[in-house]
Amino acid sequence: MTAPSDPLASDPPASDPLTPEPVTGEPVAGEPVATADPVAAREIALPRVLSGRRIKAEHVRDYGIIVFAVALFAYFAVASSVFLTSQNLLNLVFQNATIGIAACAVTFTIIAGNFDLSLGSIFVLSEVLGAYVAVHWGVWWSFPIAIGSGAVMGLINGLLVTKLRVNAFLATLASALSFGGIAVGVTRGGLLITPTSSVFTFIGQHRIIGIQYPVIIFAVVAIVLQLVLAYTVFGRHLYGVGGNRNAARLSGLKVDRTVILTFVITGAACGLAGLIDSSMTGSGSSTTAGLGGTLPLLAIAGVALGGSSIFGGVGSVWRTVLGVLMLGMITNGFDLLAVTPYWQDIVRGILIILAVALSFAVDRRDA
Amino acid sequence: MPTEAAVTQLRLVSIGKRYSGTKALDDVSVELARGTVHALVGANGAGKSTLGKIIGGVIRPDEGQLFVNDRPVRYASPSEARIDGIATIAQELTPVPALSVIENVYLGIEPRRHGLVQRHRMRAQYAELVAEWGFELDGNVKVGALRTADKQKVEILRAVASDARLIVMDEPTSSLTSVETKTLHRMIRTLRERGRTIVYVSHFLDEVLELADMVTVLRSGRLVRTAPVTEETEESLVAGMFGAAAAAENFEKPQRSTAPVMLDVSGLDRRGVLRDISLQIRAGEIVGLAGLVGSGRTELARAIAGADPVDRGTIVVDGTVRRISSPADAMAAGMAFLPESRKDDGLFLELSLAANTTFADLPAVASRLGVLRLAQERGKTTSLLNMLSVQPPAPSAKAANLSGGNQQKVMFARWLFRNPRVLILDEPTRGVDVAARAAIHQLINNLAAAGTAVLLISSEIEEVLGLAHRVLVMRRGSITTEFGADPPLDAVMEAAFGLGGRTIA
Repeated sequence: MTAPSDPLASDPPASDPLTPEPVTGEPVAGEPVATADPVAAREIALPRVLSGRRIKAEHVRDYGIIVFAVALFAYFAVASSVFLTSQNLLNLVFQNATIGIAACAVTFTIIAGNFDLSLGSIFVLSEVLGAYVAVHWGVWWSFPIAIGSGAVMGLINGLLVTKLRVNAFLATLASALSFGGIAVGVTRGGLLITPTSSVFTFIGQHRIIGIQYPVIIFAVVAIVLQLVLAYTVFGRHLYGVGGNRNAARLSGLKVDRTVILTFVITGAACGLAGLIDSSMTGSGSSTTAGLGGTLPLLAIAGVALGGSSIFGGVGSVWRTVLGVLMLGMITNGFDLLAVTPYWQDIVRGILIILAVALSFAVDRRDA
Repeated sequence: MPTEAAVTQLRLVSIGKRYSGTKALDDVSVELARGTVHALVGANGAGKSTLGKIIGGVIRPDEGQLFVNDRPVRYASPSEARIDGIATIAQELTPVPALSVIENVYLGIEPRRHGLVQRHRMRAQYAELVAEWGFELDGNVKVGALRTADKQKVEILRAVASDARLIVMDEPTSSLTSVETKTLHRMIRTLRERGRTIVYVSHFLDEVLELADMVTVLRSGRLVRTAPVTEETEESLVAGMFGAAAAAENFEKPQRSTAPVMLDVSGLDRRGVLRDISLQIRAGEIVGLAGLVGSGRTELARAIAGADPVDRGTIVVDGTVRRISSPADAMAAGMAFLPESRKDDGLFLELSLAANTTFADLPAVASRLGVLRLAQERGKTTSLLNMLSVQPPAPSAKAANLSGGNQQKVMFARWLFRNPRVLILDEPTRGVDVAARAAIHQLINNLAAAGTAVLLISSEIEEVLGLAHRVLVMRRGSITTEFGADPPLDAVMEAAFGLGGRTIA
């Protein structure tokens, strides 16, 4: 990264894209420090708010999530004696690590103006394939096969969307069905595949310096993806494709290739998430009753709640991290306060609607 | 249907509107009289469109008050304004393309019985409506198949069908040919004769002077004056819009060049669109493409730039034959293409000016591994923005917050960043104010003087004639006539219309 030497003396320091967000609302160690996107100009507004200017609707939309996350965090910290323990907070992240990995990656797809509903099925099929090869070929095969098969499934999605011009919703909805079907087939109708090697369960069930490996992997994935998004040519291309596809093409960008790559990255990340999940449970399962079924919704909800635009062109990975952790925090906090689980879903649903409705309301005022 | 409440007179008092910190309108008071055409003029970003939108209920003012017939009103939406008889015909037209003209005209006000739409009555009403107003248009055609001018007609019919008393038109002629403009003006005069009030937002001062009764001049969101058109001239309006300093612009008339051929297109064909196009542009030469809307000018530009496929043809850039099947190919050959619509095909509105400027050549501000050098990007962008006098020259500003002229300059910045040998410009000054226009003309001229080959397309024939060293006229997909520098205007018009004599409307 280059040093932020400011060539514009008159420019307020607030608009320097390299200035980190002064408020992150980030409760968890090992999570990426929020950085302002260099390209999304609205991201620079926060320091201005803090410097005492008028707070406007768009600020509420862009930074309300941070305030809300902090408020919720503070509430749980006060209401529950257990919430604010490192053990609980680590657990919170641990439980959301697989969702978080998938959500961070699908942020790329969404920023580039597409959608992926096949996250759960890629997750399940990768998990099953990883476990299968662990049993039949040897445990070390599970790592490349799980991630690689995820990438291949993403590639299929990408080709459907770009070359066959199938709408991303439909393409990934359909491919999700097929991937899920294959997973059931591999498991001969839904039997668990349980590799016996301790290597298989190592990353899912062990810690280093007291932190679960999935938490570390989530943090690394989130940080790397955020840096790629904010500081590379590829990241900039994603914003361009999602913001104005025609303009991106007329500027010489190979749009299809960029779009395909976002699906491949998302697929590979879901493969990784599946691998971690099977490592945590010690088995590969083709059921969609658990995370496999809810993953796409939770991941995309996390993206939306964080404040990235569902229509592409605007957003960041750190927002997704915040969104996912907030959803997780509601579950965790309500569990600790012994609130019945259905309330969690109701509250999470209302939150997502509020976040999306707010962004629409603000966009309409702008128009 | 509006009746007693219908607007006969509208008064705006101390209207103010802010957009993310900048004042789009500040303390503007205007009175609109019944049965007049009231023009709103101003540079881009002066607030004329904003004012029009406030009248039409499209946006709400932050300050001030609207009075309809001395009754204070506050519109939350265009449909609320419609209840008072105020209709808006927007710059970007909004009819439903999949429905027929009749269905669009009566959308939401269909004659009904027991909740069912009575199609035969709707047809009869439409026939009456068209007969009453004399605005001919086949009611059964799908609106999606219509040209812009006819879509506008649909909107106007829709307004009169709902008995609108005041119609706001935002830049209605910006994508019309001169004949279509004349037709529209006839319709506006008919509306005025029948007591309708027209708010006419435009940057075409000649149209305003010809058509309007009253004109309100805005500058940087403030009211300069409201005066009868008879007291104004083009010069006085320009002076009002820009202050006394910037008067009428003056196009450069540079000499024809004899440099080597930079772009050589031969036998370009695209079924039903382009027929056997051949043209050459020398280094430092500006070749203008004139022709009516639909003559294939834009299509030709897009074909050369790799944006649209072609069936046949050869493109030679600087002596090398190039296979061009994508914009990337054209760029690799040293070409740059500024598309007609900066909003649809050009800008990334949500991104910063820096991102917009460097997008077409990001590797130039990145390491070999693709990591961006943000400081370098800011530096290079800043100097380009300064050179083009973009306001504000801040790389971190969001493109959406700039005025049209400045946005267009940012588009130029993106291509200048690449240093192209061939520059293809499609409507480089559309929707741009007079000062920015002059600056862009000067820029085009300077680029040519520095050796760039320029293909210039414009609906404004004066722009083509003022800048081009040679003028090619297109008609129905082929180049029909070639002129040297400074051809007579009427000869070019005749060629464009395919006429022999001087019988142009």
